[in-house]
Amino acid sequence: MTPHETGRRAFVRDGALLLAFSLLAPTARAAFNAMGLPQVVDATLPGSLKSTPWLDAWIRIAADGAITVCSGKVELGTGVRTAMIQIAAEQLEVAPGAITFIAGDTGVTPNEGYTAGSHTIADSGTALLHAAGQVAGLLKLGAATRWRIAPDAVTLRDGRALADGRSMHYGEAVASLGGAGLHRMAGHDAPAKAPAAYRLIGQPLARVDIPAKVTGGASYVQDMRPAGMVHARVLRPPRRGALLAATDTAAIARLPGVLKVVRDGNYLAVIADDEWRAIEAMRALAAVTRWQGGDVLPDPATLHQHLLALPRQDIPIRDSGTVQAASPRQLNARFTKPFILHGSIGPSCALGVLENGVLTVWTHTQGVFPLRQALAELVGMDPAQVRCIHTEGSGCYGQNGADDVAADAALLARALPGRPVRVQLMRDQENLWEPYGPAMVTEVTASVDAAGKIDSWEYGVFSGSHNERPGNAGKLVPAWLLAHPIAPSPSQPMAQPEGGGDRNGIPLYTLPNARVVNHFMPHYPLRTSAMRSLGAHLNVLSIEHTMDGLARLARIDPVQFRLNHLDDPRAAAVVRLAAARFGWPGQPKRRHHGAGFAFAQYKNLMGYVAIAVELAVQPDTGAVDILRVVAAADCGQIVNPDGVRNQLEGAIVQSASWTLYEQLQFDQGGVKSTDWTSYPILRFSSLPRRVEVHLIDQPGAPFLGVAEAAQGPMAGALANALFAATGTPQRELPLAGHKLRA
Amino acid sequence: MTTPSTSVNVNGRAQQLKSAPASPLLYALRNELHLNGAKFGCGMGQCGACTVIVDGKAVYACLTPVAAMAGRQVRTIESLGSAQQPGPLQAAFIKHQAAQCGYCIAGMIMRAQALLEKIPHPDEAQIRAHMEANLCRCGTHMRIFAAIGEVARAGLPAAARGAA
Repeated sequence: MTPHETGRRAFVRDGALLLAFSLLAPTARAAFNAMGLPQVVDATLPGSLKSTPWLDAWIRIAADGAITVCSGKVELGTGVRTAMIQIAAEQLEVAPGAITFIAGDTGVTPNEGYTAGSHTIADSGTALLHAAGQVAGLLKLGAATRWRIAPDAVTLRDGRALADGRSMHYGEAVASLGGAGLHRMAGHDAPAKAPAAYRLIGQPLARVDIPAKVTGGASYVQDMRPAGMVHARVLRPPRRGALLAATDTAAIARLPGVLKVVRDGNYLAVIADDEWRAIEAMRALAAVTRWQGGDVLPDPATLHQHLLALPRQDIPIRDSGTVQAASPRQLNARFTKPFILHGSIGPSCALGVLENGVLTVWTHTQGVFPLRQALAELVGMDPAQVRCIHTEGSGCYGQNGADDVAADAALLARALPGRPVRVQLMRDQENLWEPYGPAMVTEVTASVDAAGKIDSWEYGVFSGSHNERPGNAGKLVPAWLLAHPIAPSPSQPMAQPEGGGDRNGIPLYTLPNARVVNHFMPHYPLRTSAMRSLGAHLNVLSIEHTMDGLARLARIDPVQFRLNHLDDPRAAAVVRLAAARFGWPGQPKRRHHGAGFAFAQYKNLMGYVAIAVELAVQPDTGAVDILRVVAAADCGQIVNPDGVRNQLEGAIVQSASWTLYEQLQFDQGGVKSTDWTSYPILRFSSLPRRVEVHLIDQPGAPFLGVAEAAQGPMAGALANALFAATGTPQRELPLAGHKLRA
Repeated sequence: MTTPSTSVNVNGRAQQLKSAPASPLLYALRNELHLNGAKFGCGMGQCGACTVIVDGKAVYACLTPVAAMAGRQVRTIESLGSAQQPGPLQAAFIKHQAAQCGYCIAGMIMRAQALLEKIPHPDEAQIRAHMEANLCRCGTHMRIFAAIGEVARAGLPAAARGAA
């Protein structure tokens, strides 16, 4: 039975009619782009209905009235599962608990590409809002048809259609529609429910996944334990390009519990009956294996000079008016960022089984559909015979080792057919082989006129790829190691307005004379890919630190200076709210003590975030004590305010860690950040003393992504507060440490 | 397996662990006893995702060999309560929604439990210092801190304190 057939059979069993979104698969297959999205069927439909317009691809109602809601966007620890249930339950007039929610299963759910870029609520949430709203209309229509009354006379409540003392459950209402039931294309009419009538959207509904996570429930792919499961560990080379010189797989195969030692070119793995035995066998294999050669890395002391000399594509992304070569009130600056680690607390894990010609992989990938395509290519199977099922893992914050270890699970399941094979990376393997957040350089020349307005802005961002997701099978590390290796498809820049390295490279501020260029480097010394907010982290820091510098040249308060250059009233509103709640400019100036402000609208089209930070620097150690963080955000109609706060608080703390402390250690022989001592991240002792998040709700407005929107503003606010505390520009990340000693 | 068994009390119940004596406790808990709470994070005692309580102290299950557990009392997060009847720390973490991905959270709760059993009302500085050993990558620290602080102010009821 193919995965699609499994899905179809399930629908028939549930009483819903066969859905046809899978019929789109052949064309969708050809159309993967940076977000892994299938072809657009109707560009005028809202959210992901554009590519999956069938209502029953999203909402299924069984003959007994049971409701199943599907999404192609998955839970990565951001709470979107709960938020999407809220949206569907709102429109369907049921309790959240009445909904069975399925996300990210190539056999069952719509293909929405990657769960990335703060797109989930905007794309899938919007699709569900409209699909569920239209299904609600159909339920009324079905009941009204049966009762021979007007649809407006029917109300929906808790899974039943009601009118004049009569009632029927939703399954009967669907049956009364006859014919296609819910298998119809979404229409263009927005659902009629007024935001003022919302009872779930806008409420801080408790997350559905947290009780299991705090009580030892099986919450993660790491916790799966199907009958007959065996454990695998891989042995990766010490660095990219290293070749296997010698090994002794026969000796390892004789170790207790070892079921199989897999060697394919430079690819090595062990499968054992027990997890600890698999680890011991992997370590024994490492001890009898010699590697030679491998890529030589640049000298870390001159990393950014090295990067600036790499071949590149220069892509102008903004060119308006005339930028000036020189001006009396001009700033020149260069900002740098090192490579950073995603640093998931749980190393990546996957479970695969090859049974009856079907390969099933449970994975915490961000994109089950693009991964399925890549795995099918890797193992030489028809994609229709490969099923990828999303199962939560540790937070990823972008492309970590999830897709790679899913490839391991596929290869090892093929090596031991019929047995579920669980493979988890070790900490050093996750760190050495994950695609890093790219090291970057930005350069800015900007000036203000005598009236205090920015009259010239020239900006360049230099970066390697922020998107090496599958893609072809060659985007997966195991594919490089095979006897018949598969090379990654060429790296491509990501287009504006979302951008990659140039994400948020264009300031939202009013700039009549501006030139911005994205310098894209397709060949970087280390493998890199998407990490939460992509280039926006350094771009917003660079822009916001420059805005403060220009405000000083203009002798205008930095918050007022920003407001003087913001035309968008929603942008101005978050700036004003953050400043007011902070009490900007804060307390009178003290030594080693400073306040900083920053603002950005994520991608210039998603959530608006302004942040004010107050901090102190310990002059003898350079340690940074973050005393207070006040954030204001507008992400359109808020679905779950506590979910938004949780994401913004997390982004603030995580961005503080990146900005102040993090730097991948390497030398010319390879990456040295193999653990948490060689890659320190923020711990409780460095936690901000207070974090406040203030939200501006916009009832009825479109959902705007927010989970990544604070990374840049927090970085900019920290840099500006450190300048205030130290009097020194802060342009080289990480910002904390010895260089802050005074 | 042919290895001798190790007598350990896990969550109040006597167990004969068949896992290899050299195996870290973590794998015995997860794979032999099917307890999901303790997580593999680093295998080096650097992140705390595997934290359990042994004889009243927070320990790294990823480092501690099964052989060293003979005759000891091991407690995992499963001993504190269930989704239906969460213990005080679990309830506080739910109330404060103190999780994002949640992978570190069982370890966080067990380390906090060990503190609260020893010091009934720790102050903020004591909580920060004690929790320093555990890493969270999602940045949920503020909520974790708030959840622990709430239980610290109230104190653990006697029924929620471990026997060991």
